[in-house]
Parts: sequence; C-alpha cells; structure tokens
Amino acid sequence: MKQRWSMRVLAAGALSLSATAFAAAPTPEMISFACAGCHGTSGGSAGLTMPSLASQSKTAIVDAMKKFKSGERPSTVMGRLAKGYSDADIEKMAEFFSKQKFHPTQQVVDAAKVKRGADLQEANCSRCHLEDGKEGKDDTPVMASQWLAYMQMQMALYQSGARKMPEKMAEKVKPLSKEDIEALLHFYASVK
Amino acid sequence: MTLDRRSFIKVLGSASGLALAGCAAQGPVGSTTEIMPKGATRRVVVVGGGFGGAIAAKYIRMLDKSIEVVLVEQNRQFISCPFSNFYIAGLMNDMSTLTIGYDKLAANHGIKMVYGLATAIDPAAKKVVTTEGTLSYDRLIVSPGIDFRNEEVEGYTADSANTIPHAWKAGAQSTLLRNQLQAMPDGGKVIISMPLVPYRCPPGPYERSSLIANYLKKHKPKSKIILLDANADVVAKKPLFMKAWNTYYKGIFEYIPGKKVTAVDVANRTLLVEGIEEFKGDVVNFIPPQRAAAIAAKAGLVGADKKWCPVNVTTFESTLQKNVHVIGDSSEAGAMPKSGYSANSQAKVCAINVVALMNGKELTDLSGINVCYSAISDHESISVAGVYTVKEGKIIGVPNSGGISPVDFSMTKAEHAYGESWLRNILTEMST
Repeated sequence: MKQRWSMRVLAAGALSLSATAFAAAPTPEMISFACAGCHGTSGGSAGLTMPSLASQSKTAIVDAMKKFKSGERPSTVMGRLAKGYSDADIEKMAEFFSKQKFHPTQQVVDAAKVKRGADLQEANCSRCHLEDGKEGKDDTPVMASQWLAYMQMQMALYQSGARKMPEKMAEKVKPLSKEDIEALLHFYASVK
Repeated sequence: MTLDRRSFIKVLGSASGLALAGCAAQGPVGSTTEIMPKGATRRVVVVGGGFGGAIAAKYIRMLDKSIEVVLVEQNRQFISCPFSNFYIAGLMNDMSTLTIGYDKLAANHGIKMVYGLATAIDPAAKKVVTTEGTLSYDRLIVSPGIDFRNEEVEGYTADSANTIPHAWKAGAQSTLLRNQLQAMPDGGKVIISMPLVPYRCPPGPYERSSLIANYLKKHKPKSKIILLDANADVVAKKPLFMKAWNTYYKGIFEYIPGKKVTAVDVANRTLLVEGIEEFKGDVVNFIPPQRAAAIAAKAGLVGADKKWCPVNVTTFESTLQKNVHVIGDSSEAGAMPKSGYSANSQAKVCAINVVALMNGKELTDLSGINVCYSAISDHESISVAGVYTVKEGKIIGVPNSGGISPVDFSMTKAEHAYGESWLRNILTEMST
C-alpha cells in the first residue's frame, strides 16, 4: 500500500498514468459479482426465466459461454455479453460459480407430473444428469431446482432446432412425448 | 456549496439542534448527536439504499464480516423506478412488485440500518450528519441518486411536480401521473418532456412514451401523445423504439426531437420550448434536467460541471474528497449509463476495492455490466447490454461486445419475460 501511494504521488507529478495502473486484473469475484444482478447473489436465481448458475460444473459454464459468444447457442442478451469476456475471464467466472452452493427453489409443481418425471429421469437421463439432476457432470448442467419457466423456454429452443441438442440427449429425447418432457421438467423443478 | 471544515465544526459545535434552525429553509436539519458511537471496529457508512447503496452495504459484509456497515436511507421501503412505467401505464395494478424493505437484508448480513436523511458530510473529520444523528466512518460510500435542476426552468419549482409530475422517482409521483392519465377523457393530449443527456435512465422516457401510447391505443384511441426530446435525436435503443413507434403507435404518438423546454406555465399545463414555442397538454409529464442529489454538492463531491461526481474508476473514490466513494447515478462513470444495473455493478466494484483498501490489499480492475430492458408494448420488450472495463483511466465498453436487441423484433416476447426476471432478481439481490 505504501508503495502504491508513493508511486501514485510520483506519477501525478510527472505524467498522468492511468488510475488503474496499479490494480490487478479482474478476479473471479470481480467478474462474477456483476452477473448476479440477473442471476442472483452467488448465482442463485429468483427470476423465473433466469437460470441459477450456482454449483454448475466449470465445464458446463465455459461451454455455455463459448457457445453464446460464437452464436451457436441462441440468446437475447447473453451473446452480446459473452463477447465482452476473454477465454481467461470465462474460466474465472466458471470457477466462481462452480464453487457456489446449490440453490434450491420453491416452485409450484404438479405431483402427478413429478412422479412420472422421476421414472423418466431414472430410465432416460440419469446417466448424465446425475443425482436427480443435482450434480453437473462435465458439460451437463445442473437441472435440479431450475425454474420451470426457464427450462420450458430452453426446451422449446431445443425442439425448434434453434438450440442444438447434444447427440446423446437427442437420442433420449426424440422418443419422448410432449407430456413426458413436461413431466421431466416438473420433476427437475421439484428436486431440492 | 461545500461545507468546509470550519463551518462544519460550527454546526457540530452548536449546543442544540435549535441553532441549526437557520438552515431549515435549505432542507431537513441534521442532528448533532452521535448515534452508534464508533468503537475500535472499522466502519463503512453507506448513504442511500437504492440499487447502488443496498448492494454496496451487502457486498462489503459478504467480503469482510469484521467491517461494520451502517446503511442510511430515508425511506423504510424502496420503490423501483425500473418497471414503474408499467404501473403508470396501467399494466400493473399497484406497486407491490416494485417495492422492497430492508429487514431481511439487514438481518441476513448484519447491516445496521439508520432510517434518516444524510444532510452533511465532513470528509476531514470522517463524519456524516443525518436527521437522526451523526455517524463516524472510516470510509463512506455515497449512492444518493439524483435531484432536479429546477432553477434552469423558468416557472418550475419543487411544487410544480404536484401538478405536472416528473414521476422520475418512483412512488407518489408515479401514482399521480397514472391517476392523471386514467382521469383524462378520450381525445385528450399527453405531453412528455425529457432533458438533454446525461440524465437517469436513458431509455426511460422512450419506454414511458411507448407504454402510455399503448394505454391510449387500447383505452382512449382518440387521444394523442407527444414526446418533446431536448436531444437532437433518440439517445437510447434508437432503431428499436423508432420501429415500435412507426409500427404500433402511428397516429397516436408523435416524437419531436430538439425541443428543450426552458419555461413552464404549471397552472395551464403548458411547456415553453426555447422561450417561443408553446405545448399545452391535458396531462403533462415534465422530466426536469438532473444532477447528483443535494448531499453530493453539500459534501463537495460535485465536479466543475456542478452536476456530477468525478471518481477514481477503480475504487469509485471521489477525486475531490478522500475516503468518500460515489456510485450510481450521481457518479461520473464513463461509458456506464445512469441505470439501476450500472449502480448494482458499480457497488460491487466499489465494495471489493473498499475492502481491499481497508485491509491494505491490492486493488482489482473494474469489470462491470449493464443490462436494461424497456417495454415497447404490453407483451414485448427490447434490451441493451454491455460489459465494461477500464482503459487509460476511463470506463469503456469492451470493444466488439454488447449492444441492442435485433431490429427484426424476433426476441421481443422472450425479452419481455426476461425483463420480469431481471426485476425480480435485482430486487431480490437488494433485499435479501
């Protein structure tokens, strides 16, 4: 600190160095706190169409951000925002959110759909969406407790072809009916 | 008016609050009693519990529990300006979804609340005077929002807003404008006047015009709305608003740029442009030119332009007063617009670096975001988004990033839904 001040005083007298010349590059906190206005403190979302980022795997966040950045994944503001971050920045935010505690939500779900969804999860999705969707594996996102409205919007994007399904997922999803998918989403929404 | 050290001591030294009565004409009087005497614990006082201040208080406590945080806010409830246009234009029945309290925030993070108005700051003595008493601090974060430059508009005083509301601070003013619109007969004329940049919420007047046009189209189709823009052109989300006006509100809405209102005839609901051209409305929404809130000027935080507060772009420390940081609408933050999201983002940058300064740790460069949604109808919204960094001592948008929604309106329905989540998340962040 002492050194910082004396150097600043010197600088002010000599040539006008940038005020930030002595600050470190943005830390994971510095980068990630800014996301919380939309994604909630520590990545726990309260907005029904906004996903929680807390406890997502590092790979899943890096993958999502890079696809937003390239335009491969359709978005509204996320593509525009992702372009503002370097690969190193994205690594930092992924590291930050992967370390945050899982964010359980309270949602109104249909009990019958939840039951049907639980069976479908077990039979079709559990190899990648581990622990009832509570755990993210590699680039598989945490589904548990995500808001129903958010998952429905993303599923609509998948089914219109605007968002590309991973091959393994497409294989499993194709045979499922509209009701099956709705039931699965109710199940994920119910997991705490 | 800067309160210098000597006059501040005079104020503090006066034996009773009565001695301050002479100041009453200039606003509320501060109390000289020290409340919450500061012990050995390091303390940050935050003035203003809006989008900036509430978040700064919370994040300082999140980052370092050993620092005591006192939040000074005059209202027990905060009402969001973002989305208040929905309420004004009849798309919300009340302001409950815009309103938050501080109880949970204070309890969750151990923030000490003082419900009062900050009336003076003495940076040398590190004290802030409030209507409830005086507080000592190690560092002060000021996030007071805006006040109006009434004196620049002939015939306009603070009372004028009781007849021609600005509705640029949400609450009773929003209700007044809403009630006037609802009472206006079909065939009436609404006039909105907006100031030159910079002012709070650049797209706000355009959103308001769009939503009021939407209301008139549905409920009072023989009516007209005129937006008098002091600027030479639309200053935010231009192609999107222009398209909405041309597509949805042709014949009802008229946009007239380059019309700076210089005088008002409040009783006759008439605005005078450049002293010659008159615009008379049945409902007049006059949004006056703005500056940093009064406390900023009193504390000597306002720069040579006498409007806004220059700050260090890493710490948001005032370049004019040591140990005092300014965030939100009242600060000069380069490319970051005067928006709720900017204030939220700046508060976190400020909190990180205030905690670093207090612990003798290295400072961290700013990385910030602004995301702002505007509704163009009752079911469609548009957005602007930006990522900010610092280059050569200035806050700039990261090149080749950010921007506005696609002009083909392919995203407007999704963005309407995302906008609602934006509100819910940003208010939840401030209140929990």
